[in-house]
Amino acid sequence: MANLSTKLIRDRVIVEDTWQVLTLIADDTPETVGLPAGPLLVPLPVWQARKSELVRRKREQGEPLGIWLDTQDDPADIDANLDDFSVVGVRFPLASDGRGYSIATLLRTRYGYRGELRAFGSIGRDHLHYLWRVGFDSFAVKQPELAIASLDDFSEAYQAAANQPLPLFLRRALSA
Amino acid sequence: MYRYNDIDRLLVRQRVTQFRDQTRRHLAGELSVDEFRPLRLQNGLYIQRHAPMLRLAIPYGLLSSKQLRTLASVTRTFDRGSAHFSTRQNLQLNWPELARVPDILEELANVEMHAIQTSGNCIRNITTDPLAGVALQEVSDPRPWAEILRQWSTFHPEFAYLPRKFKIAVSGGPDDAANVRIHDLGLQLVKNAEGEVGFRVWVGGGLGRTPILAKVLREFLPWPHLLTYFDAVLRLYNLHGRRDDMYKARIKILVQSLGIEEFAHQVEAEWAHLKDGPATLTEAEVARVAAHFAPPEYETLPKLDAGFESAKRHDAEFAAWAARNVHEHRVPGYAAVTLSLKATGHAPGDATSEQMEIVADLAERFGFAEIRTTVQQNLVLPDIRKRDLFSLWQAARAAGLATPNVGLLTDIVACPGGDYCSLANAKSLPLAAALQQRFSDRAQVADLGEIKLNISGCVNACGHHHVGHIGLLGVDKQGEEHYQITLGGAWGIEAALGKVIGPAVLAEEVPQAIEWIVDNYRVYRRPHERFIDTLKRIGTESFRDAAYGNAESGQDAKEISNG
Repeated sequence: MANLSTKLIRDRVIVEDTWQVLTLIADDTPETVGLPAGPLLVPLPVWQARKSELVRRKREQGEPLGIWLDTQDDPADIDANLDDFSVVGVRFPLASDGRGYSIATLLRTRYGYRGELRAFGSIGRDHLHYLWRVGFDSFAVKQPELAIASLDDFSEAYQAAANQPLPLFLRRALSA
Repeated sequence: MYRYNDIDRLLVRQRVTQFRDQTRRHLAGELSVDEFRPLRLQNGLYIQRHAPMLRLAIPYGLLSSKQLRTLASVTRTFDRGSAHFSTRQNLQLNWPELARVPDILEELANVEMHAIQTSGNCIRNITTDPLAGVALQEVSDPRPWAEILRQWSTFHPEFAYLPRKFKIAVSGGPDDAANVRIHDLGLQLVKNAEGEVGFRVWVGGGLGRTPILAKVLREFLPWPHLLTYFDAVLRLYNLHGRRDDMYKARIKILVQSLGIEEFAHQVEAEWAHLKDGPATLTEAEVARVAAHFAPPEYETLPKLDAGFESAKRHDAEFAAWAARNVHEHRVPGYAAVTLSLKATGHAPGDATSEQMEIVADLAERFGFAEIRTTVQQNLVLPDIRKRDLFSLWQAARAAGLATPNVGLLTDIVACPGGDYCSLANAKSLPLAAALQQRFSDRAQVADLGEIKLNISGCVNACGHHHVGHIGLLGVDKQGEEHYQITLGGAWGIEAALGKVIGPAVLAEEVPQAIEWIVDNYRVYRRPHERFIDTLKRIGTESFRDAAYGNAESGQDAKEISNG
């Protein structure tokens, strides 16, 4: 069990983080791991093993439910259930592992996820701009007060991306 | 050539600002060595044996005179007055000071240049044919496509942390002068039966530890789909390329493990979601970019120039240079010229600040102020009037840039090697120098004709030794430098990987072994037969015997065949 951090960047402001990230460690199994009270991000295997229990926990106890994907998880596996989650997290085990950028792109552009999309793990301020462009809107980073400026390291972009569906060449043509 | 607009300029400036702050935080101890590494690599900065190495991007090898002068001045101010043109058409500084790298990048930004994505596990500089736009065999000019891909790959947010580096090359036509088959993705411009322009797409090539030639991924990709299709390929690689072993992380390993059919099938499945989406290229955008590469205002000239023909007859040295370093041009009365960076006694691909300035001047005086860098580590002036060739040659010769050896044995391709690079097992440059010394007789080298000799200081194969007709790979044997010899590699349309002929040879003995190899070629060649063709015809056996000092068999064979 781990708190993401006490504060995070969400929708371009710094807010208190009330969510806990459930992690399977040692002898934990998806079927038996305890579910602490409060807003909870569960890993994909726990969701897959205990869907009805988690939905009931949300509906009957009013406990906000989120899920997090690890870097090898396929976002297609949660496509049908995206409405059940208030937050989808994507973990970056290493800063150099860029799979999360494609996972986020797919969640936003293919599966139509519109809720909070959170990046956590080995990310720092120097990753924020690209993370934001591929569709993340919440970021668990060290020193969010300093990091937040890096969301805007670049004010333009050539490519289409999750946060800008039109590439520069089309936008330029449309505005001409 | 492509000129920046406000947004191109803004992005490069913002990159300088970003990297200046990252460097500051690193030097202040706020960014650890490990955190800083991927950030500096994406700006071309390595920490090397003696000092950092900074790789400056020369997108698809195209430079203006003004840009080359800036490179000369940066080389003088921030380095020691000499820099290295690499096999991927870039320029490497070997002695910059870390704290001043942001200043270098700012100087570059002033002339629309940068070091973005010249290293790291991202999409690297896109390479192409140095004769793009003037080559005879071109289906279509590759430069607009290379520029469109430069923009697409620059700061692509999804593909900045790939499993491994990713190299793309674009060839203008069937002769494949850009060597697409040794790249992660290669494009060859082709026309379909209806005469429409598109691309043959190659995937999964690369040298290094596991050399593999690319396979055809798609026979014909209509041009509007270039970016959506590439997004699909890159996404597949980003999600499924191996990340557990850096030596198995290139896309070639993914293609190999899935098989090309299954890989192509998965690309098509991913592409189905992206095809015809907003990133589909429009005629207007292609025309906008292509306009930057419109032909310059050529004079109307006769195909033959009497002065040029006469000078060749009267000056044997000039004739030798014209035979090797002057290339046909699609416009009558013009030629393209290679300025050799392979003079005896100089490290292959190295140029001094003064030489760069002279080349910039020559390009202005005789051409349209444009210079190309080549994968063979030379410089090209693409548009020279034939009537100016003699004057150009005299000026180039005075600057040590007119060695008449393009494509010959002494046009050696070499990585910087153990003198500079911390990965290298062997010092490629002293070996290159020793080989140039051994083959300093120009007439003899000219007589040998086309022989591509490539030297890599380690298995990372920056010197592309696998595709040299003769390849030399530095290996370390109990602390002694040895070289493995490969024969039979080839570039471009005839691409092939060379085969190791036997045990590695002590560095000092390599020049002798190479001399025996070319002696063997002399024994067996037919009139006008290139080294590589003789090798293909008779096989490597006699060459191997010759290399290890058993040349008698070759002589015997010659006597018998003559008898």
